[in-house]
Amino acid sequence: MDGIVQLQRQLVDYTASLFHEGFLDDQFNQLQQLQDESNPDFVVEVVTLFFEDAERLLNELTKTLGQPSIDFKRLDAHVHQLKGSSSSIGAQRIHRVCISFRNSCEEQNVEGCLKNLQQVKQEYSLVKSKLETLFRMEQQILAAGG
Amino acid sequence: MESCNCIDPQVPADDLLMKYQYISDFFIALAYFSIPLELIYFVKKSAVFPYRWVLVQFGAFIVLCGATHLINLWTFRIHSRTVAVVMTTAKVLTAVVSCATALMLVHIIPDLLSVKTRELFLKNKAAELDREMGLIRTQEETGRHVRMLTHEIRSTLDRHTILKTTLVELGRTLALEECALWMPTRTGLELQLSYTLRQQNPVGYTVPIHLPVINQVFSSNRAVKISPNCPVARLRPYAGKYMPGAVVAVRVPLLHLSNFQIYDWPEVSTRSYALMVLMLPSDSARQWHVHELELVEVVADQVAVALSHAAILEESMRARDQLIEQNVALDLARREAETAIRARNDFLAVMNHEMRTPMHAVIALSSLLQETDLTAEQRLMVETILKSSNLLATLINDVLDLSRLEDGSLQLEAATFNLHSLFREVLNLIKPVASVKKLSLTSHVASDLPMYAIGDEKRLMQTILNVVGNAVKFSKEGCISITAFVAKPESFRDARIPDFLPVPSDNHFYLRVQVKDSGSGINPQDIPKLFTKFAQNQSLTRNPAGSGLGLAICRRFVNLMEGHIWVESEGIGKGCTVTFIVKLGIPDRSNEFKLPFVPKVPGNHGSTNFAGLKVLVMDDNGVSRTVTKGLLMHLGCDVTTASSSEECLRVVSLEHEVVFMDVCTGLDGYELAVRIHEKFTKHQDRPLIVALTGNTKKVTKENCMRVGMDGLILKPVSVDKMRGVLSELLERRVLFESV
Repeated sequence: MDGIVQLQRQLVDYTASLFHEGFLDDQFNQLQQLQDESNPDFVVEVVTLFFEDAERLLNELTKTLGQPSIDFKRLDAHVHQLKGSSSSIGAQRIHRVCISFRNSCEEQNVEGCLKNLQQVKQEYSLVKSKLETLFRMEQQILAAGG
Repeated sequence: MESCNCIDPQVPADDLLMKYQYISDFFIALAYFSIPLELIYFVKKSAVFPYRWVLVQFGAFIVLCGATHLINLWTFRIHSRTVAVVMTTAKVLTAVVSCATALMLVHIIPDLLSVKTRELFLKNKAAELDREMGLIRTQEETGRHVRMLTHEIRSTLDRHTILKTTLVELGRTLALEECALWMPTRTGLELQLSYTLRQQNPVGYTVPIHLPVINQVFSSNRAVKISPNCPVARLRPYAGKYMPGAVVAVRVPLLHLSNFQIYDWPEVSTRSYALMVLMLPSDSARQWHVHELELVEVVADQVAVALSHAAILEESMRARDQLIEQNVALDLARREAETAIRARNDFLAVMNHEMRTPMHAVIALSSLLQETDLTAEQRLMVETILKSSNLLATLINDVLDLSRLEDGSLQLEAATFNLHSLFREVLNLIKPVASVKKLSLTSHVASDLPMYAIGDEKRLMQTILNVVGNAVKFSKEGCISITAFVAKPESFRDARIPDFLPVPSDNHFYLRVQVKDSGSGINPQDIPKLFTKFAQNQSLTRNPAGSGLGLAICRRFVNLMEGHIWVESEGIGKGCTVTFIVKLGIPDRSNEFKLPFVPKVPGNHGSTNFAGLKVLVMDDNGVSRTVTKGLLMHLGCDVTTASSSEECLRVVSLEHEVVFMDVCTGLDGYELAVRIHEKFTKHQDRPLIVALTGNTKKVTKENCMRVGMDGLILKPVSVDKMRGVLSELLERRVLFESV
């Protein structure tokens, strides 16, 4: 019993820290609210979907930027997609980087784009690991009967 | 004889002679003594006598003379020496005094004489003064006469009375034999004898106006003596044996109203004069005196003034009579007009109900008949019946509308409506007809045209439809173009509508719509008739199928909307352009629907509101799609998803109440909205289209409005927000979040 409580408290703290550090924003709360009996794994589903989408997009971005002549329009389209996705789940930091990435694309600033890509990748991996940890903690609680 | 001191007289005294001398001396002495007494007595009586000393002297002289003579009495006989001495003394004294007196008289007698002269002089003066006083009295009497005359003349405002009175009074005052007035004729070339004193009905003598004597009289404002033989003076048969009386003529200025300027005396150059001729009695030796002439001049002036007053009065009476007449006529006309209006209103009231009822029956039953089984022939007949009845119904409605418009009883509604969607609807309605006639229809709605406007949507639509319908109706081929834009003040200065200078303001703008067709055109001369009710264009190429009311109604509507409509055409066969400008209100921010986005129902209002609400979500971003779907499902909706525009179009149906589409992805979303509109254009209950975007640019919102979306929501959307949005949407059917 104590274990569950402790676990739950840990979860709460961890979640709070994620919010505090800006990895997640209120949108994530909304997602959590949408989870109910009819839709128990809603959040996980959405987040997984996001990961798949993001990875695909990041690959695309890398490929596009690797080209000798960079198609900025295409680049912009991809970043736009990523921006939309990240805002949908509340991945705030990724969202922000995407915004500046889009600016670089508009300016056709190759340096900037490369740098932004780097940032995105970094943020993505961070948030991915954090969310995975979060889900693991939830699983633990569920497994423990909470 | 002794020698005595007696002196003997030389001559021996004669007794008789002596006696006479004696007596004479005695009387002389008596007289001499009495004269001074008398003198003294009378001088004492008179108050003034300057020469007393002379009197004394004279008295002394007389006394001594008397004494001498008295003493002389004693010298006739022998008298003593004493007597002789006394006598001598007396004589000596007398001699002295007489000499002194004689010397004195030299001085005195001229003085006395001059007194006499002065007396004479004074007497003359007195006579003169008497004469003058007589003259003054005469003048004063003349003045009285003038005043009386003037009073008589001015006491009436009637022209004839004035003139008659003048003549009568003058005649009486001056004791004239004849007095006449010559007036200028209409032509101004002759003088006509108008009034005389003695003759009752003067025969119309005329004399030409340019006679020298007349000119002489007219050229001066004094009374002028003229010869009795000149034409103007020969008024009566000469009856007397002697000279005819002296004649005087004077001019009488005839002043017109225009001669009187305010604060100014009338001009001297009055142009027209009348001539007054006055004749003294013949056979009298009377002459015209100066004061009489002056009297005549004064009277002439007064008459002029009196006549002009009379003229003014006549004029104003005439004007008043005219006004009264006009008033009566106007009153009558007004009553007639009122009767006409009442008659028309009664007629319309009857028409409204009585005619509509059978009409309705015919149309309803014809359409029902259409639904049944009919042979082709029968169907054709029924269709014709239906078409004709519809036409008739339209005509009745039009006439009713028009009469209400003319009454002024029609009032425009003012509500906010979507201007762009209005044009779209018009296009959609006209396109089929146009395409049947193989006419191409283009429309251009300016981008700066506000999305929403305040006005009477139905009537504006009616106007546009009418205009475009006419264009289609009267074009056999070619193209029709409709343009709509916001009218700028510069473009108002149109020669065709010079008085129309509208000024847009913050609350309203002016919409300008132009419909150009390449049809049969109109003869420019017929253009003014176009807007007249029931006047059909008689040109052969026109299909006389319309009622001729359409444009008249359009014009009424446009006028009610404080606008203007006009038609231009270069001629038959050259097409025709109809333009109109109307005033529409601008809905301001506070009118807009909305939302300071506070969901009216915070918290869990129960998602049961949206149970089974069919919605379609279009988003090409998988994650967003999933999230939105989850959100809506959480609220109980029945969600269908589409990941592309094509898929959305395929899937969307009338069952869906709302379509949420993501418009982040460029223009696809807008195009999709247009296509959805087109798909469901005929249906009232097409799905509401709501844009879901994270794009906060203002142009996004305008673009959404332009393509006819019903709402815009900004991402991120929370559950509560979505709940509120859905409620709002379902209630109001439109929702634009403020960006």
